[in-house]
Amino acid sequence: MRFFKTYFLPRIIIYFLVIVVGVTIVFIIPRLLPIDPIQQMIGQITSTGAYLDPKTLNYMIETLKELYGLKGTLWEQYWGFWRRLLRGDFGPSYYQFPVPVISLIRQSLPWTLGLLLTTTVVSWILGNVLGALGGYFPQKSWAKILDVISMVIRPMPYYVLALSLLLLFAYLIPIFPLGGGFLIGGKISFDLRSILILLKHAFLPAMSLILIGVFLWFQAMKLVVQSVKNEDFVSYARLGGLSQSKIVSRYVMRNAMLPQITGLALSLGQIFSGALITEIVFSYPGLGTLLYNAIFTGDYNLLMGIMTMSIFVITTSILVIDLLYPIFDPRVRYR
Amino acid sequence: MRTLKDLLKDGRFRFAFTVCLILLVLSVMSFFSPYDPYRWNVVPRDLPPQWPHVLGTTSTGQDLFWLLTFAVRNSLTMSLIASMVSRVIAIIIGLTAGHKGGKIDKILTFLSDSFLIIPLLLIILMFAVMVKGRMNLMGLGLLLGMFGWAWDARVIRSQVLSLRERDFTYTAILSGSSTLAIVFKEYMPFLVPLVFATLIGNMSWAIGMEIVLAILGVLNLETPMIGTMLYWAINYQSILLGYWWWILTPVTTSVFLFIALYLMSVSISEYLDPRMRIQRVGRA
Repeated sequence: MRFFKTYFLPRIIIYFLVIVVGVTIVFIIPRLLPIDPIQQMIGQITSTGAYLDPKTLNYMIETLKELYGLKGTLWEQYWGFWRRLLRGDFGPSYYQFPVPVISLIRQSLPWTLGLLLTTTVVSWILGNVLGALGGYFPQKSWAKILDVISMVIRPMPYYVLALSLLLLFAYLIPIFPLGGGFLIGGKISFDLRSILILLKHAFLPAMSLILIGVFLWFQAMKLVVQSVKNEDFVSYARLGGLSQSKIVSRYVMRNAMLPQITGLALSLGQIFSGALITEIVFSYPGLGTLLYNAIFTGDYNLLMGIMTMSIFVITTSILVIDLLYPIFDPRVRYR
Repeated sequence: MRTLKDLLKDGRFRFAFTVCLILLVLSVMSFFSPYDPYRWNVVPRDLPPQWPHVLGTTSTGQDLFWLLTFAVRNSLTMSLIASMVSRVIAIIIGLTAGHKGGKIDKILTFLSDSFLIIPLLLIILMFAVMVKGRMNLMGLGLLLGMFGWAWDARVIRSQVLSLRERDFTYTAILSGSSTLAIVFKEYMPFLVPLVFATLIGNMSWAIGMEIVLAILGVLNLETPMIGTMLYWAINYQSILLGYWWWILTPVTTSVFLFIALYLMSVSISEYLDPRMRIQRVGRA
């Protein structure tokens, strides 16, 4: 019980605080800027030549205000925003009127989560294992080669790397499809052929996310291992005659892993943004592509919906990592 | 000057330094450009690299080489503005949090943690979408600067936390120095190199962000920048039409720029770390 109070409770409180801060930022930004989405929309309608008499226009403005949650004082709007949010109601999308934003998000979220989850897990594990080996045996030639590769790949922004992979493997050596998540107009079923097509479409986006991720974790892990390697307990294990593989896996990695778990929690936001960018490059049907469409059509409701949803997804995953942390670190458990 | 000489002994820094020098020369050359980068159809269209169009021309009738000089200049200027602004914020927040401690530290750490956790790309995008097309270099630099400080504020804070417990700080406090004097005389000499190393990393982040925002079409697309060059190349289907020189120019430049900035910051921070420096001297 004491453990719950000192470890879990503060983290859960921070979780809610971050969500409040994030959602408040999402609420404030559009209202800070001197741009009125309703005037913009009316302008778009009238610019196509439609005539609206003043009465209809006023009626329309009222309805739009209601739909966008722009009615009443700022304070009332803020409460209204929260109330609708808790019901999962982000209003209608403008770009696919009158489909509710939430159902658009529900369609694309599984694609993003699937891509994100697999690539993050694969790259985290692979990067840490490689990093531990590379840090423990820095003189081996393969470790040096990995070092050089990581120096080139690590600084690349997601966009540039994804574009380079696309140029290489879809234009120059056309073995992978140019984009999309599945055959156009195809129906997804659970047979072997359909899964193969799915994997083929997901390969390049996943590859670019994994490449960046692996080398990010590789470098971080290498640094940690290089300092853990010189600790007394490692020399003791070596003197005690334990095998190399046991020292690396049970002693060095086990300890060096801990800052990496915290690191994963902290960089999840960036990884998520990177996944969105990668989806846009490969026109993968997830949140990123939805975001792209929302930007191009000026769909504020959809934009705000995607942002709020992303904040929820990221903070929740960080909370999960945080709550699982005591399993890996006994020191937290026995404090 | 001696520092530079020492740094140049490192092969990685030599490479980074050369690339940055070339890019700097390129951006200075933009002042002597025979063409106005804002005007289209000033040269024949879609020419592959040949004299006098060293890097070829675009479908919009611009000379790629001279366009690149402007793009590099603008991207570097923008990223410098962004990283300067965020350095100032990071120093203020990191110093206050580290030096004051207690409640203020907790609040500021929470603030920078939430900035780390929240997907910044989306928030920056939202800003950019709303002022669509009106975003100039200065505006973009300020916007990115406002958001890019969180990680470095953490780094500075932890450095200050350790500096606060050193003997010389106690000596200064006991001999009656004011807080400002302590900050500038005792902390700053240790922080300046750290800030410089993070500045380079932040510039690279800002240029990456700029490219993403340009591709999404939310910047002022007429301003020549590395990102907008990519945008036009993709928008005119240069890949499908086989105008490889058009798409490869910004891609190659940005790849070299990112690698150079990264190697430079790694090399400098290793140089600043005395343990690593001893290793290097031993190797040489």
